[in-house]
Amino acid sequence: MAETAPAPVLRLEIPARPSYVSMVRLVVGTAAKARRALVPERVEDLTLALSEACTNAIEAHGAAGTGDDLVTVEVEEADDRLIVTIVDRGTGFDPMELPPHPPVEHPERLNYERGLGIPIIRRLVDEVTFASSRRGTTVRMVLLCSPAPETALDIDLDDLSDLEAAWDEE
Amino acid sequence: MDLGLEVDDSRGKVTVLTVEGEVDIATAPKLREKLVELAAGGATRVVVDLEKVEFLDSTGLGVLIGGMKRLRSTDGDLTLVCTQPRILKVFEITGLNRAFVIHDSVDQAAG
Repeated sequence: MAETAPAPVLRLEIPARPSYVSMVRLVVGTAAKARRALVPERVEDLTLALSEACTNAIEAHGAAGTGDDLVTVEVEEADDRLIVTIVDRGTGFDPMELPPHPPVEHPERLNYERGLGIPIIRRLVDEVTFASSRRGTTVRMVLLCSPAPETALDIDLDDLSDLEAAWDEE
Repeated sequence: MDLGLEVDDSRGKVTVLTVEGEVDIATAPKLREKLVELAAGGATRVVVDLEKVEFLDSTGLGVLIGGMKRLRSTDGDLTLVCTQPRILKVFEITGLNRAFVIHDSVDQAAG
């Protein structure tokens, strides 16, 4: 079966400033819920991964020393996936050049107060690609839509008295 | 959204810092300032209560790690209170649940 081309759902442009990240989480999280593409737990994965990507995008602009730049966040959906793309125009970075973190038990691990964002993104989404150049970075995250959760209530069929009482009141 | 920070130092040697709201790149500096202030004021055992935190990302983790290192350098410690699965998940996926002592309640942490 041929895959359906992704259709646009939402496009946001925000100033590259820290105070806008919470709004992106709220808007994109709400959109993902409204589209019913993801189960609630995966919406939380999405908002956390998105927060990490937007944080990196804003920090890239900070490093560039620019003032009024914009970060773009796009959401698209296809049959079985949600695609979120974050584009900045900052100085860029090479995700392959990030030093590996020491093992958790190692005392030196505590020197890594930063740089946790990309490992978190990799852990939370199904696919992620980073394309970086001197003109900016594009992060594309794909979350596969899980099958709908079991929604049937666990009703005791031998004791329907509560339901019957409601019927009697009618 | 603003970050709520409340200090309770009525428990003797333990200072409890209750955090409320979202901890991210916008609000984490405020949490860092408060932890630095507590450490500078002589606090050694600090319990950070995360039960009212709605969101925490790696920026917040970084501040908590920084606070823990600072307090441990003066023979103190920073421990956490957290039972919310979505917040605990951030610690679990980074492996930092093994670096922090995480309690179920403030009473347990302050005991």
